[in-house]
Amino acid sequence: MIYDVLIAGGGPAGLAAGIYASRAKLKTIILDKGRPGGQAATTMEMENYPGSFQEVTGPGLMKQFAEHAAHFGTDVQRGLVEKVDLDGPVKRLTTKDGRVFEARSVILAPGAEPRTLNIKGEGRLRGKGVSYCATCDADFFEDLDVVVVGNGDAAVEEAMYLTRFANEVTLIVIHDEGVLDCNKTSAERAMANPKIKWEWQSMLEEIIGDELVEKVILKDVKTGALREKETNGVFFFIGTVPKTEFLRDVLTLDEQGYILTNEMMETNIPGVYAAGDARAKYLRQVITAASDGAVAAVAAEKYLDETESFRHQVLEASERVLLTFWAPQSQESIEALAMLDRALYGEGGVSLAKLDSYRNKKTAALYLVKRIPTVLLFEDGRVLGRLEGGFTEADIKILLQQ
Amino acid sequence: MVEVNKENYETEVLQCEGVVFVDFWSPKCEPCMALMPDVEAFAARNEGRAKFCSLDTTNNRRLAIAQKVMGQPTFVFYKDGEKAFVFDKDTIDMDKVQAKLDELAG
Ligand SMILES: Cc1cc2nc3c(=O)[nH]c(=O)nc-3n(C[C@H](O)[C@H](O)[C@H](O)COP(=O)(O)OP(=O)(O)OC[C@H]3O[C@@H](n4cnc5c(N)ncnc54)[C@H](O)[C@@H]3O)c2cc1C
Repeated sequence: MIYDVLIAGGGPAGLAAGIYASRAKLKTIILDKGRPGGQAATTMEMENYPGSFQEVTGPGLMKQFAEHAAHFGTDVQRGLVEKVDLDGPVKRLTTKDGRVFEARSVILAPGAEPRTLNIKGEGRLRGKGVSYCATCDADFFEDLDVVVVGNGDAAVEEAMYLTRFANEVTLIVIHDEGVLDCNKTSAERAMANPKIKWEWQSMLEEIIGDELVEKVILKDVKTGALREKETNGVFFFIGTVPKTEFLRDVLTLDEQGYILTNEMMETNIPGVYAAGDARAKYLRQVITAASDGAVAAVAAEKYLDETESFRHQVLEASERVLLTFWAPQSQESIEALAMLDRALYGEGGVSLAKLDSYRNKKTAALYLVKRIPTVLLFEDGRVLGRLEGGFTEADIKILLQQ
Repeated sequence: MVEVNKENYETEVLQCEGVVFVDFWSPKCEPCMALMPDVEAFAARNEGRAKFCSLDTTNNRRLAIAQKVMGQPTFVFYKDGEKAFVFDKDTIDMDKVQAKLDELAG
């Protein structure tokens, strides 16, 4: 089966794309390596998604996203996309377990994962007190002490969540006292929380522990002085990195690995879109991920319309086709259309197809149309000949002799 | 899979001869839940080669910590009651887990 839209990644971006695409009656599938929901399903503190500020959690909101997509017919399947073949009209994606999926358009929404600091002890003590997910591991730290590295929204909000379990939560902040990168509401709440302690102007230098985390070494960023602090756990919230390794040799990425798109979420490959945290953009949140997904799905729908009718009318036509690229703004191209009508009058076995080259930029680009009007003669999907610019009725007759 | 907890861990795991696999998880841990179908398939595929156990850490926190597990998901392999290998969230890859079982169970 060939899908209309294949979405790689079922976080908020992929799920929103699924809702829009399946509601547009496109045959839509989402492949996610685990359960749908993405990063948003790993945080309980979710109070900035419009309409959801009371009793809404990340997992709860993501469950609704997933149900919403399924309601309109999105097929959600487990599968880690490992290989992609995106050129050409039918794209092929292969999962780690060897299944191949085909689709006419693809939306890439693989999201991001926590950034690691790669300091001494961090790798060795993962799962032994070093964590990147508060909802996963908070329970272990009941009545124990933890430190949180970072001071953006995620760090401060997850620190607040951790205070429900831990005895004491200490934020390691690189800035001067009182300066935080997070939103003001969260900053005020954290400052007022008696269970939260602060280590200002500090960086985490090393994590020490035999089998479990026992202490950390902090460095004063001004003086360089080192000091020890006993703790049972270290939670990192120092940003994320895009999960785009599998796209590295296929798509245009920026230096950090984020996928470059335009405002329509188009990547550098026709029919391939990107949405969500994996995209180079200003704000990485659930609302912007969902927004990207909606834009990508609508852009994919338009692309499919364009390629579909083109395939039908031109590539798979039973007779030969004179395809004319014209534009309403070009008087010359309008006259050329009238001339083509006259030239074809009484000719059998050939039809005329018109394409507004401003609305069908991709097809025009695909056939290297540089000048309006341009006429291409198609037979069985292949181009037999072309005319560009100021041609005459006689030129058309000669072309038809091909 | 055998459900283990603080009451039966000693007998089911630590005093068990041969290879024992334990999945440390909890319902609050999204990545654990996402992984669950893979773990179950792994256990079913290898039935008879080892004992496959599932530990919901929710009410077994101290037990997990005593086993030096403070993060989820974590897989621990035991051989004849001794800890033989640990996979943490970052190193879990079902192909590698299978290879480890093949190595331990022979
Ligand atoms: C701790 C924390 C707290 C946060 N708090 C908030 C908050 O309060 N409000 C807010 O708006 N935002 C918050 N965010 C940010 C928000 O979660 C993200 O912006 C959002 O989830 C991005 O959505 P996404 O769909 O682009 O990617 P993700 O959520 O990362 O989802 C991507 C999905 O794709 C899957 N995937 C990846 N690669 C592949 C592949 N090759 N094949 C198949 N599947 C694949 C992943 O398994 C994942 O399910 C928080 C983030 C974190 C980490």
